Amino acid sequence: MTAHKTNWLTTILVTVLSVLILIPLYMAIIISLKKPSEMGTNLANFFRFPKILQFANFIDAITTTNFFQTAFNSLVITVCSVVVVVLLTSIISYAIARNMNKRFYRWTYYYLVSAMFVPFSMLMLPLVKQLSFLRIDNKFGLVLMYLVFQMSMSVLLYVGYLKNITVSLDEAAYLDGANSWQIFWKIIFPLLKPMHATVAILTALASWNDLLLPLVVLSGNGNSAVTLPMAQLVFQSQFGTNYNLAFASYMLASLPVLVFYLFAQKQIISGVVNGAVK
Amino acid sequence: MSRKKIFLLMTVPLVVIFFLFDTVPLLTGFVYSLTNSKGFGTFRFIGLSNYFRLFTDGSVLSSYWFTFKFAVVTTVVVNVIGILLALALNSNVKFKTFFRGIYFLPYVLGGLIVGYIFNYIFTFMLPSVGKALGWVFLSSSILGNANTAWTGIVITVAWQSVAFNILIYISGLQTIPTDIYEAAKMDGSSSWNTFWTITFPLLAPFFTINLVVSMRNFLMVFDQIMSLTGGGPASSTTSISMLIYQNGLSGNQFGYQSANSVIYFIIIVAISVFQLKVLNKREVQL
Repeated sequence: MTAHKTNWLTTILVTVLSVLILIPLYMAIIISLKKPSEMGTNLANFFRFPKILQFANFIDAITTTNFFQTAFNSLVITVCSVVVVVLLTSIISYAIARNMNKRFYRWTYYYLVSAMFVPFSMLMLPLVKQLSFLRIDNKFGLVLMYLVFQMSMSVLLYVGYLKNITVSLDEAAYLDGANSWQIFWKIIFPLLKPMHATVAILTALASWNDLLLPLVVLSGNGNSAVTLPMAQLVFQSQFGTNYNLAFASYMLASLPVLVFYLFAQKQIISGVVNGAVK
Repeated sequence: MSRKKIFLLMTVPLVVIFFLFDTVPLLTGFVYSLTNSKGFGTFRFIGLSNYFRLFTDGSVLSSYWFTFKFAVVTTVVVNVIGILLALALNSNVKFKTFFRGIYFLPYVLGGLIVGYIFNYIFTFMLPSVGKALGWVFLSSSILGNANTAWTGIVITVAWQSVAFNILIYISGLQTIPTDIYEAAKMDGSSSWNTFWTITFPLLAPFFTINLVVSMRNFLMVFDQIMSLTGGGPASSTTSISMLIYQNGLSGNQFGYQSANSVIYFIIIVAISVFQLKVLNKREVQL
């Protein structure tokens, strides 16, 4: 059998190409650890490792971007979005999946899923007006918007998965005197675990890295409601020329998601694949 | 409570929320598109004149031209590289999971930050490479030139999003049973032939996913442009989303840009439906 022989030529090719992925990241890391005098524009300077690691850049970046406050804002928004999306969309998906034979639920399903085609820019201008009119142009409103915008994808995923969970489980529980509400929490919700992971990861990535929605929803709130991506944008316009400080700030903003990736790489990758292929 | 009531209780509140914050803005956006609203103060209905103006507005037309050029080229780039790398990563290479982890890394980073990193590379590093090698076209920043700035955005976005295409193609390749390949080999089919007659047709559903998802995302590009060029030089890289954001919210063109977003919405839906229809037709079942 040739199938188990390592293909060294391809391995070398893949290695060389992976350098293209790593160079920009390596550059970002060393720039964040250099001092301005080590920057220079000759070619060797770009790749040279700094003599002394300037961790002071990170401390400066933390204070100038108010890092702990903005990271906390991003974290609160992301965690709330994930919890709300997982809980609420799995409930509605259960109701839809178990009643697909009824016209109301079938139409609800098509209605929710077809909204996937609506680009955010289409809704952006009227939404800004609507949210400020309702006085929810704040973190609460933002989480509400993530719930709405993740709903199509999540319902599609949950309903698809629920089709494979046999109704006889429900029937048996009904005979024991349970109601739909109890059945959902006690039996179905735990069985949906693999889909919870997928939906949670997709929601977390979408909300953590998002720039445009927080920008239009939160911009009237001043400093108390700045997310990490927004902070980079503000920072760039104020301190854009100090690259060391700027890159330290980018590294800080990326660190949480990189750590998360390091520990949950497998789940993240399979989450993204499931989200697209299912 | 009856079974029926509980199911309704699970469904109706969320559908109402969805209607209020997805469908209502969709409809009010359409209403605003018929007005001369500046985003504040009074406004009146002006019929379809916003729509007529769009088709003769240079900045709108150039943003459509840029966005489509960018989206089509980037979609082709990420799909070609995506298939090739997926084939490579699916063959018998060493450290498979390790490489997969590396190639997927850019996908989890924020588009804005990736844009800032590449901004630095294009502005400082590539010109110094160009000067060292005596290449004129690289000796100044490609982002500073209105003719080349868009290629910088293609490279940056492709670098970040190709990870997704690779993953989808890998999961597609894994659905193809290996005995087909062995049969093809015994029939004396060359690997070039095998790819076009077996692998590619069986990858078709995954090709569809990749094409639709990539194109849709690229047509909505925003973050990377904010950090790479800010839409410049000379508005040559202003995407449609950016134009709606900038002129609609701070350029006194609320009603006018609403009309722009209605057209944009129709185009995105039309493209997605067209892709799904055409591509589904040529998918084969094993």
